[in-house]
Amino acid sequence: MRRDIFQAIADPTRRAILALIALQAMTPNAIADNFNTTRQSVSKHLRILTECELVKQQQQGREIYYSLEIEKMKEIDQWLNPFRKIWETRFDQLDQVLSTLKKQENEN
Amino acid sequence: MKTDLLFDFTVDKTAKTVNITREFDAELSLVWDAYTKPEILDQWWAPRPWTSKTKFMNFEVGGRRFYAMVSPEGQEHWSIQRYTSISPKTNFKMFNAFADKDENPELPGSDWDLNFSEYNGRTKVSITIYNESLERMEKMIEMGFKEGTAMNMKNLEELLASLSQRK
Repeated sequence: MRRDIFQAIADPTRRAILALIALQAMTPNAIADNFNTTRQSVSKHLRILTECELVKQQQQGREIYYSLEIEKMKEIDQWLNPFRKIWETRFDQLDQVLSTLKKQENEN
Repeated sequence: MKTDLLFDFTVDKTAKTVNITREFDAELSLVWDAYTKPEILDQWWAPRPWTSKTKFMNFEVGGRRFYAMVSPEGQEHWSIQRYTSISPKTNFKMFNAFADKDENPELPGSDWDLNFSEYNGRTKVSITIYNESLERMEKMIEMGFKEGTAMNMKNLEELLASLSQRK
């Protein structure tokens, strides 16, 4: 089943997992050591992240290493960017309007 | 333009909320006016080359603002905002919905909560937008996409114009 990437980042533990493996590929046990939850629950989070294609698995000997799918992370950013841009532009325009208003106030 | 003004923008798709925080280099009463007076609102609300056109606005509890975002081609996207709570210079809340040109709202809409605070001559505005449905939120973002594309095209035109002048 393919999931929506936003489901993946909706959960604080999953966001923390992404932040961890952004730095280096890690085994599920090494990841679980960073959390006060059960291994089972970490596995479940990893499964969801895998289904969302936000992480990839690599077999090295007997261990599986999880790492971040950078391209997929960009997708989150791209979806939001136009919307963020709107507000940025809006606020830049408001900055200009406010500075004009301030000048007018000082003149009166 | 000061570049150290705080701008924070997060979307929580699960909670169906968008949180936007921005500082302005102006005192609170001025920023409050910019958000609550139609003649000032229309000067900045629409990202250029779009324009904002307020047909009427009664800034009081139960009052409404009926306005259009007008595309560079003259296409009008109407919206209605109904003010549900106002604490002068501190906070106002409104219900926001897309509409047709005859003031009929397209439900579901979104709930906006705007907070204003002043510190050291700067004003911070925090906006929370809650959408009743995820589809609505995506539509809101798509609208932004349209406007954003128009905006980028405009920037591109300006860039091309300035490049062709250099020849």
